[in-house]
Amino acid sequence: MKYSELSLLREGITGHKNWPRAWRDAQPKKRYDAIIIGGGGHGLATAYYLAREHSITNVAVLEKGWIGGGNVGRNTTIIRSNYMLPANTHFYDFSMKLWEQQERDLNFNTMVSQRGVLNLFHSDPQRDAFARRGNAMRLAGVDAELLDKEQVRQLAPRLDFENARFPIEGGLFQPRGGTVRHDAVAWGYARAADSRGVDIIQNCEVIDIIHEGGKAIGVSTSKGPIHADKIGIAVAGHTSQVAKMTGIRLPIETHVLQAFVTEGLKPFVDTVITFGAGHFYVSQSDKGGLVFGGDLDGYNSYAQRGGFPMMHHVMAAGVAMMPSLGRVRLLRQWGGVMDMTMDGSPIICKTDIGGLYLNGGWCYGGFKATPASGFCFAHTIAKDEPHALNAPFTIDRFRTGHLLDEKGVGPNPWIQ
Amino acid sequence: MASYRIQNGGAIDRARPVKFRFDGKSYTGFDGDTLASALMANGVSLLGRSFKYHRPRGLVTLGSAEPNALAEIGEGARREANVQMTMVELHDGLIAQSQNRFPSLRFDLMSVNQLFSKFLVAGFYYKSFMWPSAFWEPVYEKIIRRAAGLGRAAEGPDSDHYEHRHIHCDVLVIGAGLAGISAAQTAAAAGSRVLMLEEHAWLGGVSAYDDDPVDFTAQLDGRDDLQILRRTTALGIYDHNVVLALERSGDHLGEIADGHPRQRLWIIRPKQIVVAAGALERPITFDNNDKPGVMLSSAARGLANRFAVAAGKDVVILAADDTAYEVAADLHAKGIKISAIADMRDQIPSFARAQIPENIRVIEAAQPIKALGRTCVRGLRLKHAGSVENVKCDAILLAGGYNPNVHLLSHAGSAPVWKEEIHAFVPADTSGPIWAAGACRGIFDASACRVDGEVAGANAAMAAGFPFGVKSLGPVLESRATLDRLHVSGKGKAFVDFQNDVTEFDVRLAAQEGYQSVEHLKRYTTLGMATDQGKTSSVNGLSVLADALGKDISDVGTTRFRPPYTPTAIGAFAGHARGRDFQPIRKTAFHHCHEDLGAVFVEVGQWLRPRYYPQAGEDIFSAIKREAKAVRTSVGVCDVSTLGKIELFGPDAAKFLNRLYINNWMKLAVGKARYGVMLREDGCLLDDGTTSRLAEDHFFMTCTTANAARVLAHMDYASQILFPEMDVGFCSATEQWCGLALAGPNSRKVLGGLFQDLDVSDEAFPFMGVRETEFDGMPARIFRISFSGELAYEINTHWGCAAALWEKLQAAGQSFGLTPYGSEALGVLRIEKGHVAGSEIDGRTTAKDVGLGGMMAKKDCIGKAMAMRPGMVDEKRPALIGLKPVNRADRLRGGAHFVSPHDVGVSKPVQSLGWVSSVADSPNLGHWIGLGFIEGGQSRIGERAMCVYPLKDEAVEVEICNPCFFDPDGERLRG
Amino acid sequence: MHQINCPWCGPRDENEFSYQGDANCRIATQSKAPEEIEDLLYFRPNPKGLHKEYWHHVSGCRQYIIVERHTLTHEIRSARLARSPQNQEQS
Ligand SMILES: Cc1cc2nc3c(=O)[nH]c(=O)nc-3n(C[C@H](O)[C@H](O)[C@H](O)COP(=O)(O)OP(=O)(O)OC[C@H]3O[C@@H](n4cnc5c(N)ncnc54)[C@H](O)[C@@H]3O)c2cc1C
Ligand SMILES: [Zn+2]
Repeated sequence: MKYSELSLLREGITGHKNWPRAWRDAQPKKRYDAIIIGGGGHGLATAYYLAREHSITNVAVLEKGWIGGGNVGRNTTIIRSNYMLPANTHFYDFSMKLWEQQERDLNFNTMVSQRGVLNLFHSDPQRDAFARRGNAMRLAGVDAELLDKEQVRQLAPRLDFENARFPIEGGLFQPRGGTVRHDAVAWGYARAADSRGVDIIQNCEVIDIIHEGGKAIGVSTSKGPIHADKIGIAVAGHTSQVAKMTGIRLPIETHVLQAFVTEGLKPFVDTVITFGAGHFYVSQSDKGGLVFGGDLDGYNSYAQRGGFPMMHHVMAAGVAMMPSLGRVRLLRQWGGVMDMTMDGSPIICKTDIGGLYLNGGWCYGGFKATPASGFCFAHTIAKDEPHALNAPFTIDRFRTGHLLDEKGVGPNPWIQ
Repeated sequence: MASYRIQNGGAIDRARPVKFRFDGKSYTGFDGDTLASALMANGVSLLGRSFKYHRPRGLVTLGSAEPNALAEIGEGARREANVQMTMVELHDGLIAQSQNRFPSLRFDLMSVNQLFSKFLVAGFYYKSFMWPSAFWEPVYEKIIRRAAGLGRAAEGPDSDHYEHRHIHCDVLVIGAGLAGISAAQTAAAAGSRVLMLEEHAWLGGVSAYDDDPVDFTAQLDGRDDLQILRRTTALGIYDHNVVLALERSGDHLGEIADGHPRQRLWIIRPKQIVVAAGALERPITFDNNDKPGVMLSSAARGLANRFAVAAGKDVVILAADDTAYEVAADLHAKGIKISAIADMRDQIPSFARAQIPENIRVIEAAQPIKALGRTCVRGLRLKHAGSVENVKCDAILLAGGYNPNVHLLSHAGSAPVWKEEIHAFVPADTSGPIWAAGACRGIFDASACRVDGEVAGANAAMAAGFPFGVKSLGPVLESRATLDRLHVSGKGKAFVDFQNDVTEFDVRLAAQEGYQSVEHLKRYTTLGMATDQGKTSSVNGLSVLADALGKDISDVGTTRFRPPYTPTAIGAFAGHARGRDFQPIRKTAFHHCHEDLGAVFVEVGQWLRPRYYPQAGEDIFSAIKREAKAVRTSVGVCDVSTLGKIELFGPDAAKFLNRLYINNWMKLAVGKARYGVMLREDGCLLDDGTTSRLAEDHFFMTCTTANAARVLAHMDYASQILFPEMDVGFCSATEQWCGLALAGPNSRKVLGGLFQDLDVSDEAFPFMGVRETEFDGMPARIFRISFSGELAYEINTHWGCAAALWEKLQAAGQSFGLTPYGSEALGVLRIEKGHVAGSEIDGRTTAKDVGLGGMMAKKDCIGKAMAMRPGMVDEKRPALIGLKPVNRADRLRGGAHFVSPHDVGVSKPVQSLGWVSSVADSPNLGHWIGLGFIEGGQSRIGERAMCVYPLKDEAVEVEICNPCFFDPDGERLRG
Repeated sequence: MHQINCPWCGPRDENEFSYQGDANCRIATQSKAPEEIEDLLYFRPNPKGLHKEYWHHVSGCRQYIIVERHTLTHEIRSARLARSPQNQEQS
């Protein structure tokens, strides 16, 4: 049933008896044209674009747990396209454009909120580094503004302008950046893909990828074998594990990133703010909770929880940036496992095995990529060749040295 | 307003009245009250408004599970939002405000939301606000945000202090109820060091809510083998069994003494843990079960016994569990009228009934229909024996049975499992190193809890290495008859999650729409996501879901519990690391000399370095120009103490350097310095600096301030892992040697004046020479090296001699107008010379990119093979060049990009050809100059390019030139 | 919060160490083909289970320790000096 003013009114009056399932409880068929492993944001978006852009609708998304149970439902919901390296700037801005039309595409309100993303800087060299990025964005046609201290104060009056260890000098601001309700993204894509015929199969773990003579032909799952001509991997933190099923080793390590949310408070943080002198970023959700986080815990981990050392850093940085946070209370902390590549940029490409495609290496920034990733991955699968936007995101670059290292820290994912 | 205070009894001190304010009105309670009990005693039962519908709400619990009775405590910068009134100990001067209401708690305009409640069901947002789409942010989201949140955050910086304490113990006991106390006593008797945490100010757990509770203080306080932290909540169990706990050491005091923390975060490393966190009573779901006056029966019992407050004058107990009868007996004894016990069960055990006087009416197989009353409860409508009856009452007490408090246990371990006998989730694994005892593992009987505590305490002590002769008594499990179906569907609103206004209907709707996994349910309806983290709502919600799906609750499972156990101030986690103490600051030995000169400082890798030394009437630009000019025309002095300094010794030291640096070190003569460049393993630039040979087997390395720690770690790695066979040792000497750079045509004369025994002539002390001598009787090293491009020396001596060195140098330099110069002037000088620094070595560039590819010697070194990959030597990579504005009056900016001239001012995306890394307004050339990276690099020298800075809408035409602007042949530094 | 038993210093808190990644990715600079170095440098086994990794006791004895740690439970199986002779032989 389409969500409309009329259907809302009718159901409201008649007791909501007719709202159908948002997506069917599908059970696997014997074979599909394409299988997507992983019911996270990227997997579900890929299925949706396969159906919408390429009319490939005999598609199954296989999710080992419940859809959205991975990082798409754990992240801090920030979207932005403030990247410096052209390959990234173009890709993420395409994603931004898809976000901007998402609720119309999906007939589902994912609450895309373009409240702006502000990156604070605290010194001249840092300003120049941010300016290099901001100018790169502008040249690529992306919005960016360099704010001075007073303009920052206007946007975020509660920052520490008085007694700061690292005084705020200004900020790089992307007005189109913002936040999106993360669970809704998974549900919205699931519902829209389902309505085009895609089977969304939960509690279906892929245990092996069946391949013969250099070609992938299906998967074995906890619900039995399923065959397909094309298989796409979109399992984020578990990319290495799934790729290993075919003997592929990847330039990826898995690390844990924590996130935190406070109790609901009357709104006082109106944009997304990142601290330039410590690892901290924050936004305030429409329910009133401050959602914040920092760096990776800094060691290989598949545990969806974090430790105190990083938690301490994050909290200290938060209070340093905004001293009135001292009495705001933490409600919940959790962690997600991140597929960290060795240069911090993603991989969307074909593999050495025919019919097997890889989407991974999203690091801590793949949520914002969800629509573009789905779009490009669907293109790569349907056409058996990359879209121009994801052509640079190969595995090969780690051998040839054409790295996309935004942060410049080298193959040390735990400090990316 | 009528008083609800019971005349006698309770743990309050009637001799000590306490005055406090709530919503601007004054009230009096007693010492020993909580804010909640004191308000209830004063007849204030409307304590809050719910999140979505703004429904009036009252007290439900007495502890940290409280969903409704939340307030802002304190004022101004000390205001804390969403505080549970049940956890606030009353003290004089306490100020509390209700929240999430406008204009007042009694009359809340936002309660109109209830009129739209037909529409505002679970998932409403996802289906709506899409028309027209341009309205979402400017209109709809604004409205939603206005309604967001409960309380208001403080506006100013938190003025209180928070402290961290680290502690080790053998056995940590969490919870000082009956089970916890016996566990602690047993573990202590076994000889282990025991720490026990108790969330409340008192010991005994729920037994403190008995009519005549045992006073444990005498037995437990003041012991060496057992430390007890009261008002301390265990927040979570983390990796390696570290427990974080928050002690509210100052919150109950009206005023916190100077130097004392408001709260203390304990970081506990126990060998074994006994969780004895008790159980929480659960509500029953039926229409209007959220009205003020509906509360848990255990809360009413505690109110009466401990706080001498009557929950009502005339109460009905709605029972699904035997404990209802104990409660009834206690309340009856306190003189509270019990109109009825409405027992939802068909059969009531006779032992339960035997606990209460016969004249209390018991209604069997009662079905609650709805709570009656406009704002507060005025009655309970129920159905029994086929007829409907309104029972008059002003409080409805819910006895829905107990949920073991499994939160902490599942932080660390596995998901809890459903136990059919008690209709509750219990921890799956309780056998060490995290043990569980008592009610938190489903053992509810008091004496059984004691025994269970002893067993757990003995087991924990034993596992920690303290055997104890406790007979294995085996766990005593007592099952009790509880209804598993705690929800009764009606026509109105039956609340599952009070704070977030999640109703039974919402849960069923979610299931209907396919949000059937417990996590989907939680996220779609927000069940269990309120500030109480679902302590009272989660299991009830699961039971509705199970019912809707026709499944057993055990097949539905639980959502994952996340720390912290209760909401905790961010300041407590931050501790002392805040404000200016957020991170340490490092100062050089010359710091006071710079301060005396009025230097403005800049921070580099936590070091404070002088940025420039403004003289009277000078701004930053003129100061920099003056300083930079002084160096080129006479002599200047600059503090270089912050450079990383590393001493290397050993027969293989030269060989080791050969592996670290891309250039050759074997043939460096003793007494000579050399510039070196090192790579990361992936072939990108890591750092640069000069290293000197002081003896065959002794080198002295310098690295950049920002990279000093990284380089040392890299060397540790290289020597311990890559080249363990090399005989070389090294250590950091950064803080042993202070250093000054003396630069300018007159530097030799100044140096000669300072070190009169030293032959400073060019022949005796040539460029790149190193001399060891003494200063003030302490060793000194002088290096003839130059970053500025002038004749220059770096003088290093003992850190403690800095003041003397500075003073004597000033004297020696006076006649030459020796000018201190800061990092800004240094930057200008190095850019004039085209020397690379941090902006050029940015972690992505290669030696070839910065024009140092030629230094790569034929030997092997770390990163070399990777630096040779096609992508790293690609001719298209932007490479270092110099730039100057064609119109010499134009200004350059760092962070600008190069574009082709016909791409200037066009609106479509254009390609960047490279960027500007460093710029300076050169006083010696009289115009701006810059260093940058451009595709084609040196091959473009002589060409023009457009340099754009779209962030400021600037475009400057520049000339690409050699990066060395000044004295390209280096005559000055060799002079 | 991890506790690592440094062979030199005894059990110490995670805060004293700096993580340095997969201990299999050791690159002897000499005599290896670029492809081999690329494999070591970039292509990581990334196990869900026991992981051999370096921890640098940077605020202690400055030794690199090879720690065997479970990447799901974070339990530590062993901690040895990276430079000890038996490690050299093993790899
Ligand atoms: C704490 C945190 C904060 C973050 N913050 C941001 C942010 O602010 N902005 C941003 O852009 N990004 C952020 N990210 C990153 C972002 O969430 C991820 O990069 C992105 O969600 C990954 O893509 P996904 O949604 O497809 O992954 P997931 O949601 O993890 O989907 C992968 C799915 O694959 C399933 N799966 C795995 N193995 C198998 C198998 N064998 N068979 C079947 N199914 C399988 C998993 O169960 C999972 O559901 C954050 C991440 C975390 C953890
Ligand atoms: Zn050590």
